[in-house]
Formats: sequence, structure tokens, C-alpha cells
Amino acid sequence: MRAIVAFLVTAMLPILAVAQPVGEQPRLSGNSPPTVAMKAPPVPATITDDVRRPRNYPEQPPVIPHTIDGYQLTLNTNRCLSCHARQFIQGSGAPMISVTHFMDRDGQVLADVGPRRYFCTACHVTQADAQPLVANTFRDALTPNER
Amino acid sequence: MFRSLLRTSLLLWGIIVRPATTLSLGFLTLGGFAAGVMFWGGFSTAMEFTNTETFCTGCHEMRDNVYPELAQTVHFSNRSGVRAICSDCHVPHKWTDKIARKMQASKEVWGTLFGTISTRQKFLDKRRELAEHEWVRLKSNDSLECRNCHSTAAMDLTRQAPRAAGIHTRFLLTGERTCIDCHKGIAHQLPDMTGVAPGWVETR
Repeated sequence: MRAIVAFLVTAMLPILAVAQPVGEQPRLSGNSPPTVAMKAPPVPATITDDVRRPRNYPEQPPVIPHTIDGYQLTLNTNRCLSCHARQFIQGSGAPMISVTHFMDRDGQVLADVGPRRYFCTACHVTQADAQPLVANTFRDALTPNER
Repeated sequence: MFRSLLRTSLLLWGIIVRPATTLSLGFLTLGGFAAGVMFWGGFSTAMEFTNTETFCTGCHEMRDNVYPELAQTVHFSNRSGVRAICSDCHVPHKWTDKIARKMQASKEVWGTLFGTISTRQKFLDKRRELAEHEWVRLKSNDSLECRNCHSTAAMDLTRQAPRAAGIHTRFLLTGERTCIDCHKGIAHQLPDMTGVAPGWVETR
């Protein structure tokens, strides 16, 4: 059995090498082979340097350059807003949530964050120092072409 | 009824005030000492039992509401394998403070008997009030239960994220704020936080 799997993997190596630059990774689609124990890769460490990252395209939600472990984001409380809300940014030095978050779906600007923009992690995510699971050749229109 | 009670009390008082006639002084002193040791040991053991996880989660109010929340946090499971149980944060370690807290906790026995938070909804409705009690307690004792394990002297700020180190230097080391001001809800879900300003806010 092992030999067959090894043979298959070896046979697929050229394809894998093109599509996926890293070796050990979970499959993102399809069934895992039932006879093989899929090894979960370790969870990479979160980037915590507090340096704001550029957006890859104008509409990209900015990514979070710090950990959010244990931050409570519930109907009762929103830990993100305790620094990023308009009224707290002078003390915290955190970037204010953009005013687009104050708009309701009719474009009416409210006094504070609108209900449909309340759950920050729906769009904003932390970053990890890890290889992407799926290779991506996306290039920003403004980035000089390297070809 | 009352008369018989009075008669019994008088009889007992009569026994107590009269000197022992058949028991030796040695028996009384040493026996008293041994009985004292046994009483004190029993008292301490019983007291310690009320500090265990088993005891705290013995009632469904704690087992179904707050305990599963703790189980999700870093104080329950972490890389170094140190666990803080209920009493580590909710009961002072020093004897006098502990006794005072245990006496206060008699209110919780009342609550159990009369079902103050006997359902999930009752608990959620009361959660802000209960949380506020704990915030007030930890604020007034300068986050004593946090400091039983976390001391500023042992805190290596260089190993913290720059942002955390900066905030600790500015607010914690100066004594301007105490742990609970910023670290609310580290072991439990927070109640509705409307009107509760973040701990580090300048003007409060």
C-alpha cells in the first residue's frame, strides 16, 4: 500500500510542483484518501509586528497585523472597537474604522458602525508567516510587470 | 416547649460551669488539644473542598454556564500546561480574605436554593450584575487574584509585543490602572458592555 501511495505521489510530483509550492498541506477539496492518515501541518504563528500592510487592490479589507486570540466579538461586546472605534483612536493610536462602515445599505451614514459591518472578522483577518495553500499569480495593476 | 428548652439550657450551663470531678487535667488539656487539631483539620479540609473544581461545577448554574466558557480560554489550556481553576481567580488566597469571601458566598447558597439563576435566560439577564460584582471586587483589591500568579516584577516586558509592553509601562507599572481595568472577560464571555469604557481610556 505504502509503495503504491509513494509511487502515485512521485508520479504526481511534477504536477504538484507547478500547482503547489509547498509539500505538506491539507487538501482543500475532494476526499482525503481513506487509507492514509492525513497529517495536519502545524498552525503557523500570527504576524504581530503592528506594521500596516498595503492592500493588494483598492477594495481589499486591510489585514490585521496583530493577534486577536481571545478577543471577544459577540453581540454583547466588540473588542476590536475598543481601540478602532472613532472615539478611542486618539488614545489607542489604532486606525479608525472607515466611514464606509457607518453606512447602512441605502448609503445613509449613521453615527456609529452599522449592524452589517459590526463583525470585523467577516472581512478582516490576521496574517501568518506561511506559504499559501494554493499558488496564486495575482498581480496588482500598479505593480511593475516583472516579465 | 419553651420551658423544656430553658430547662435543658440551664442543665447544660450547670455542667459547663462546674469543674470536672472525674476527668484529669491531663486528659482535658491533651484531649482538648487533639480535638482542636481534629476540628481545625476537618474545617480546613472542608474549606479546601469548597475551593475545588468538583465543588464549583457541582451545581448546574456553574457547570453549564461559566465553566464551559473557561474551558475555551488560555487559563484552562495552554502551551505550558498551567491551569487556573475557579477558586484561583474568585477566592483570595490569604486566610482572612478567604474567610471573608466564603462568608459572602453564603449569598450564593441562597441563590442556589431559590433559583436566582436557575435557567440560562435568568443567568444571561443577571450576567452584567454578576460581572460588575467581580469587576468591583478585583478593582478594589488591586487585582489581587491575578497577581497571585502574574507579578509586575516577574513580567518581562521585552518578551511582550511592543504595543502590550507600551501599555503596561504606561498604565500598569505606574499603578494608574490595575489588571481588571483592561483584562475583563479573559476567562468568561462578557455581558452586554454598553457604557463600559475600555480600561486604557485617558479620561474616565
